Amino acid sequence: MAATSPNLDIEKLASLARIDLAPDEKEKFAAQLGDVLKYVDQLKRVDITGIEPTAHGFPISNVWAEDNVTPGFTADEALRNAPAQRDNMISVPKVVE
Amino acid sequence: MPINLPLTQVSSQLDSRAISAVELLQACIDRTKAVDSRVGAFNSFDEAAALAQARASDERRAAGKTLGPLDGIPVGLKDIISVKDQPLTASSKMLANYISPYDATVTRKLREAGAVFWGRLNLDEFAMGSSTENSAMGPTNNPYDLARVAGGSSGGSAAAIAAGEVTAALGTDTGGSIRQPASFCNLVGLKPTYGLVSRYGVSAYASSLDQVGPIARTVEDAAIMLSAIAGHDPLDSTSILAEIPDYRAALHQKKGPWRLGVPKEYFGDGLDPEVAAAVQTAINFYKNQGCEIREVSLPHTEYGIAVYYIVATAECSSNMARFDGIRYGHRSTAATDAVDIYSKTRAEGFGEEVKRRIILGTYVLSSGYYDAYYLRAQKVRTLIRQDFIDAYKQVDAIIAPTSPTPAFLKGSHKTPLEAYLGDIYTIGVNMAGLPGLSMPCGFTQTGLPIGVQLIGQPFKEAELLSIAHAYDSAHDWAKHLPNL
Repeated sequence: MAATSPNLDIEKLASLARIDLAPDEKEKFAAQLGDVLKYVDQLKRVDITGIEPTAHGFPISNVWAEDNVTPGFTADEALRNAPAQRDNMISVPKVVE
Repeated sequence: MPINLPLTQVSSQLDSRAISAVELLQACIDRTKAVDSRVGAFNSFDEAAALAQARASDERRAAGKTLGPLDGIPVGLKDIISVKDQPLTASSKMLANYISPYDATVTRKLREAGAVFWGRLNLDEFAMGSSTENSAMGPTNNPYDLARVAGGSSGGSAAAIAAGEVTAALGTDTGGSIRQPASFCNLVGLKPTYGLVSRYGVSAYASSLDQVGPIARTVEDAAIMLSAIAGHDPLDSTSILAEIPDYRAALHQKKGPWRLGVPKEYFGDGLDPEVAAAVQTAINFYKNQGCEIREVSLPHTEYGIAVYYIVATAECSSNMARFDGIRYGHRSTAATDAVDIYSKTRAEGFGEEVKRRIILGTYVLSSGYYDAYYLRAQKVRTLIRQDFIDAYKQVDAIIAPTSPTPAFLKGSHKTPLEAYLGDIYTIGVNMAGLPGLSMPCGFTQTGLPIGVQLIGQPFKEAELLSIAHAYDSAHDWAKHLPNL
């Protein structure tokens, strides 16, 4: 079962995804995702020569809106769910030393 | 009891003053308090807010200003659809304390139709799952057999109706998440054509596949709900500019007999024999009504799950990036710097299935693998869609099972892949952006509901609902209630 793909670098993926995985999660996910990747390998059997990719069931593109001012949130409403705030701003840890 | 009746009948009782909206809501409140500790359909509810809405409905009715068939109807919303000033958890620790600052467009439309919001309904975390077992709030149990799942991801929406806690509900469907729980709970569930219903204010999972739709007891109920929520929304640029018909009125403009296609790939290995027999009986009903039944082929069906779990996880990994602990939602207190805050917040806030899908989506989009996985999947998606377009040259709609099995036992899927394979008959509809409807078509010998699926042509919901209504109105599956 533990068909870990040789290319599946779980450390790197966790870092790219910004999720601090626990050691047991890394081991489990690597095996499970290896199984899923083995399963999706069947797509290599399909002849896709000359086939365009589909991004949406019904492609609609370039939808423009008039550049009008519309009502929005007040600062209080926009900040209500912020984990930490101060002086009408979202408070975050120091980014630059 | 009005709690076990279709929306149309409850609506008639309100109109005839046999019951008031407050009495109706109170019956739902009492029922919820009596059964939901066993069913687990609700994440939360706000009794005072709902009662205020019900009183306002009664006042409108007394003043002769009723807003239509939904005025005063208790409607439950999947806890991923924003309701102003109410919690939205998406059944995730990440949003445990989040309060929506605005209404989703579908919420606003239901509010304008007079619906009374009763309950925030459980789901697989961020709609990622097919059983409502992946919920930080605990699983939802099937009212017909509490040891079994209600389906998912809109399991709370389906179970709440089946248990008599709400009259109708909204769910969302990315790979079958409305239709499969509806089939597991003896209900009608409709996933509209992609673009018919606004996604604004609905927490996004896989944006090219997600669609909001109704779950209800009958096809006519679903038609009423769809009329209320469909239509263009300037806040969702993928919503279509089109006239929305009165879907309920359209039910009675019979345009049959129809040509129905039976896809041979949907009746292969893995289909439960009792499900196959019940679906075949429904097909025979249409045949006896004079419909032409024709075998069709959707040759790329076998690739649907592989394409889905690439496309959906890729979009998921992008959409979930917004949960970073900065602007809203959970923030880790263990973090010391700006990057650490993302990684620890996401480790603490997301459940296992969400993490797994983000990691898989990150992989298929990552440098060096994009063409091999994501781009290839999008091309196979084109072929899946083309299969349906080709079939519709011969038939008006497709008829098939909704799920290969009836509701399964909780904990019975031992691996993620095993769980994913159950979506085989619903996923193609999302890939192709088509409307799909599941309706009850019988029970197993052990009393589990079975659903039959009708798949329609893009934006032809009126026809799809008419076809479904022809069967649904001639049967009385909705009267088979669970023993709770």
